[in-house]
Amino acid sequence: MKIIVCVKQVPDSAAAMSVEDGKISWGDAPLVINPWDEYAVEAALRLTEAQGGDVIALSLGDENAKEAIKHALAMGCSEAILVNDPAMAGADTQAVARVLAAAIQKIGGADIVVFGKQAIDSDVGATPSMVARLLGWPAVTLVSEIVECTQSEIKASRAMEEGRQQVAAELPVVLSIVKDYGEPRYPSFMGIRKAARASVPEWTVADTGIDLPSAVVTWPNVMAPPEREVTNEIIEGSNPEEIAAKLADKIMEEKVL
Amino acid sequence: MDFNLTEEHRMVQKMVRDFTHKEVIPTIGEWDRKQEMAPHILPRMGELGILGINIPVRYGGQGFDYITLGLVCEELEYADSTLRVVMSVHMGLNSMGLLQWGTEDQKQRFLVPQAKGEKYGAFGLTEPGAGSDVANLTSTAVKDGRDYILNGEKMWISLATKAHNVLVVARTDFSLEKKSNGLTAFMVETDRDGVTVGDIHGKLGVRAGSTGWVAMQDVRIPEENRIGEEGEGFKIAMSCLDNGRYTVGAGATGLIRACLDASVKYANEREAFGRPIGNFQLIKQKIGIMKRDYDMARMLILRAGWMKNQGLRNTMETSMAKWFATDASFKAASEAIQVHGAYGFSDEYPVERFLRNSKGAVIYEGSSEVHTLLQADYALGYRKDRPLRCELPAYDPDFWQDEV
Repeated sequence: MKIIVCVKQVPDSAAAMSVEDGKISWGDAPLVINPWDEYAVEAALRLTEAQGGDVIALSLGDENAKEAIKHALAMGCSEAILVNDPAMAGADTQAVARVLAAAIQKIGGADIVVFGKQAIDSDVGATPSMVARLLGWPAVTLVSEIVECTQSEIKASRAMEEGRQQVAAELPVVLSIVKDYGEPRYPSFMGIRKAARASVPEWTVADTGIDLPSAVVTWPNVMAPPEREVTNEIIEGSNPEEIAAKLADKIMEEKVL
Repeated sequence: MDFNLTEEHRMVQKMVRDFTHKEVIPTIGEWDRKQEMAPHILPRMGELGILGINIPVRYGGQGFDYITLGLVCEELEYADSTLRVVMSVHMGLNSMGLLQWGTEDQKQRFLVPQAKGEKYGAFGLTEPGAGSDVANLTSTAVKDGRDYILNGEKMWISLATKAHNVLVVARTDFSLEKKSNGLTAFMVETDRDGVTVGDIHGKLGVRAGSTGWVAMQDVRIPEENRIGEEGEGFKIAMSCLDNGRYTVGAGATGLIRACLDASVKYANEREAFGRPIGNFQLIKQKIGIMKRDYDMARMLILRAGWMKNQGLRNTMETSMAKWFATDASFKAASEAIQVHGAYGFSDEYPVERFLRNSKGAVIYEGSSEVHTLLQADYALGYRKDRPLRCELPAYDPDFWQDEV
């Protein structure tokens, strides 16, 4: 089984984000693999451990994206490819999806392409569906469990707000994975050594065989949300019932409920 | 001079950091309070390969260099000293002793399972009546045919109740005027008849770890378990300490960082007189000193690690790093409590645990007083390191990583 897992480099989730001159800044916080993508790598590796085969990590980004790729390699992916093209700076989701789909085709396709649920930087979460559409494959998103997988079909459980949904699809398929799937493994020490030595092929957009896609969505402005003004008030009373009654009145008065 | 860590170093650091943040830090306070070692810690460290991090792959390890060992210890003690203590005894004092002094047969029998994390190692040097005064230890090993009969008690032994193999130093020659020449090292399996072990409770720190005693009563040990030659026990013990101290110093560096991070966070959050306390000069002074000491400790440790990689004798440099880093970690922890004010005095915050844990390391593996004297003796020209029959092998990536 051939699986491609798409990974992205994002600012550490602990980074303090700010907006400076209309641009997002995360200071000197480190860039890390998108946390959701770790679940995607875990799912891809478990699939090949059960079915045999290889997992290829694919990323679109600049030099910094190599950190995410090396992390995926250290977790156990067998090879990796980086699409690194300065012209893609500021690309929107559909442009990213077009390049990823073209890269997947250039790799020679796959039985399964796996994504994390979304990237924590832009939080759009549409890339998996767009890539599936461009490839003409089914998209099974928000996968929390792979119930069964054969060489031709996959049955998966989707995590939805209202409950779980079981779906089946023929391969090839695009999956996006959620946290419920299970804890991603740590990189192994042997994997770290292999990853540190790995040379990652770099392609430009032209190498994937398509013209540079143009963005259809731009970010004319980015602003930080206004800071919330928080005030503390201690409700006093002679007994818990009185305090609770006053609190309930206050909640109603402030129209919290 | 290249101050950069390699990509491998940074990835190992991150991996161990992720492990401690996910699996240790959330619950370590409770285990410390219970004065118990969390049962998952040792198996997990073994499973992840941490227990064999710098042992050659051919001996069951992960094949990384000595600098990596230091970085791992820094990350482990950032979470809790008890995890670094595991590395000090299992790796620094026992496994690296085997790597340096063991025969090929001993490496296969003891080092391979230890590096794989299937068995745990400990180090039995200190006795109830002999700590810094190693040459006067009283445990005995008497030759009986091809075996030795060991008697005595070892005290303050980390992993006493967890270890499978204890590297014990005992007296084999009672006639020599220079008592240190009468000591011999042995690998004692704790499941042998006559070996009993127990934990000590009521310790000030490292409460989430195992510290105890190992008693030997007529324990029969085959000659094949003797490490080195008869009479080499003191030299072996001292060279093991060169490695143990390295891990202790590296860990203390992590403890300083933990104190610094906790203090910075608190100083930015806690307000007094209408502004965050980080704005006050006397708080800044404490934090500035922690930052300075962290950098200094780290550089001293990295120098010692680099020397080990090169195969250079590093007794003096390792002693310096251990001495400085442990003293500085004790001060950093004390000042971190001061930064936290009354909250630092309660176990709601981790800094009181940091202080309790930091105290042990200025006592064991050469007290600060011993290191002060050592450094003075080097400076005065009273002490010179002589070549050893077996030196710690320099890090050779090909040899270390070759799977054979």
